[in-house]
Amino acid sequence: MTRPLLQIQGVETFYGRNQALHGVNLDVREGEIVTMIGANGAGKSTLMMAICGVNKAARGSIHFDGKPIHLIPPHEIIRLGISLSPEGRRIFPRMTVFENLQLGTAAIGPAHFDEDVQKIFTLFPILERRQSQRAGTLSGGEQQMLAIGRALMGRPRLLLLDEPSLGLAPLIAKQIFDTLRELNKTQGLTVFLVEQNANHALKLAARAHVLVNGRITLSGTGQELLTHPDVKAAYLGGGAH
Amino acid sequence: MSNAQHDPSHEKGDVVAGIIKRSLMAVAIAAVIFAPTLLLKTQVSQISNTLFIRYRWEAFAIGCGLLLIWRLIYEFRALQNARAHHKSSSRPQARENRFGHFVGPVLLVAAIAMPFMPFTDRYILDIGILIITYVMLGWGLQIVVGLAGLLDLGYVAFYAVGAYTYALLAEHFGFGFWMCLPLAGIFAATWGVVLGFPVLRLRGDYLAIVTLAFGEIIRVVLLNWRDFTGGSNGLSNIPRPSFFGIPFSQGPDGFAATFGLEYSSLQRMGFLYFLILALALLTFYISSRLRKLPMGRAWEALREDEIACRSLGLNTINTKLSAFAIGAMFGGFAGSFFAAKQAFISPESFNFMESATILAIVVLGGMSSQIGVVFSSIAMVGGIEALRQLQFLKAVFGPDFDPSQLRLLLFGLAMVVVMLWRPRGFVSSRTPTVFFKEKKSVGSSMISQGRG
Repeated sequence: MTRPLLQIQGVETFYGRNQALHGVNLDVREGEIVTMIGANGAGKSTLMMAICGVNKAARGSIHFDGKPIHLIPPHEIIRLGISLSPEGRRIFPRMTVFENLQLGTAAIGPAHFDEDVQKIFTLFPILERRQSQRAGTLSGGEQQMLAIGRALMGRPRLLLLDEPSLGLAPLIAKQIFDTLRELNKTQGLTVFLVEQNANHALKLAARAHVLVNGRITLSGTGQELLTHPDVKAAYLGGGAH
Repeated sequence: MSNAQHDPSHEKGDVVAGIIKRSLMAVAIAAVIFAPTLLLKTQVSQISNTLFIRYRWEAFAIGCGLLLIWRLIYEFRALQNARAHHKSSSRPQARENRFGHFVGPVLLVAAIAMPFMPFTDRYILDIGILIITYVMLGWGLQIVVGLAGLLDLGYVAFYAVGAYTYALLAEHFGFGFWMCLPLAGIFAATWGVVLGFPVLRLRGDYLAIVTLAFGEIIRVVLLNWRDFTGGSNGLSNIPRPSFFGIPFSQGPDGFAATFGLEYSSLQRMGFLYFLILALALLTFYISSRLRKLPMGRAWEALREDEIACRSLGLNTINTKLSAFAIGAMFGGFAGSFFAAKQAFISPESFNFMESATILAIVVLGGMSSQIGVVFSSIAMVGGIEALRQLQFLKAVFGPDFDPSQLRLLLFGLAMVVVMLWRPRGFVSSRTPTVFFKEKKSVGSSMISQGRG
């Protein structure tokens, strides 16, 4: 068993006096895809922000590759090899696709830029065609590809994805999940994914967790959760899939 | 229109003919309305105490002329819209590129040639200097507002810091202009960071309020710290800059004698003109270079989305502070030039109106267009000056009419019109900073794929 790349222990966060996370424990091992599913307001994005240091964890610890990262500022965390594709994509709308990709290297510098941008264009050919277009004019799916591509430009050891299927047509969402599976298989990319789209996300995941009101209520392999009656009832439309 | 679409050779002629026809119609209708309202005026004769009709041809002509101009603008816009509909694929950035490529050098040549023109006198040089100073300030503020998206209403504070830096260093330590220029930049940049720290967490309206207050604090301190800054009396006898050590004086060591020229006070003005032109070009060069560097791109990213910036590992604190500092630095340069040119400064020169004017220049010109700032400076500063010259309006509206009193009103009106016409400023498009190196080859391969 490989050692955990990301280790989250007893993390609690607050928005003012409202507690969003109540002691979350979680491991992500090198080379695996871990999924966390949860409804709106369960604390999924809050956890992502806590890992990136944007909203600091009030209690508990987060270790990346053995180093405590819950005390250092966001830009230093990213430099260690974590990339986040944030919720709602958050591309830079008035800048071109190419400039967006370039900003993905902000933390690591432009040394591998040409090589990496080719990889991204191979992964998402549509971005190559749209490269000099303003990112705000892309479709939702293309923007999501750009957001993932931009995150990958930072050469992450751990890719954090916050709801990559948000607002996408099912076919496009499937395409994006397929790409993630591909990346994981061929390059051994470690992915931590939070999703509401439980069906796809659980199929993809080696291990998965269910977050309810800031607490992890269920854990298991992706397959286990996919067939778990509670998950089916709550997240998979009563087992319709 | 649809016929003309199919036959491109006739298209242009038809369009122009249509514009002329419609414009003449509009003017004709206007003439009918203006004739009784503007052309004819009944007046009481002082001598015979009877009514008689006075013809005001000037007012009539101006009225019709304004209407014609308005109509042509309207037609031009309609044409543009129609074109935009037909070729929606045409890229705005390409247009901006061509625009910049032609207009920029033309403006530069015009700016360099201006002092040598026969019609150029002291007054015109003075206005030229004023316009270029505002262009420079506009470019400096554009870094903060346009690139980094931090609305700064107190930019004049840095202008003041620069001016007082030069004035005080010259007074107390006898430093010359060329030594004070970089120092003024450094001091202003330091104050930029001082302002930056407390406002790191603020955005939008709140940031604007704090920067506004900062601008006022600097002014009030300058006003009240009498021992140091001279208070409202200001500082006078600030030494003029020399031509690399050669003063612009009448004596044997002066500029004119050294270069075997006849002495003229215009030489100093010309020198100041080229000095501010050089400083402005330096600002232009540095800020357009910075835009293409990681720092400038980080500024733009910050303007677009701060959360995304953090998730990409950009240090948002350093990014904001550097934007404030570099923007302030150019304000400081311009300020020390201002002190050197005026030889007298007082807090009155650095009130909120100045900040508002500079911001208006940036907004009017287009937040991310450097050429736009040039146009809006010419329009704002030159336009206000031009309004002083409208003495002929006295012939129209009577001798009591003072056009310079109305200039701020007209100015406000013009801004409203421009903002309605072009809500994102004169030049609204943004030029991308990078293109993919293999753009051409990629493009052609795509086309061949599409054909296959």
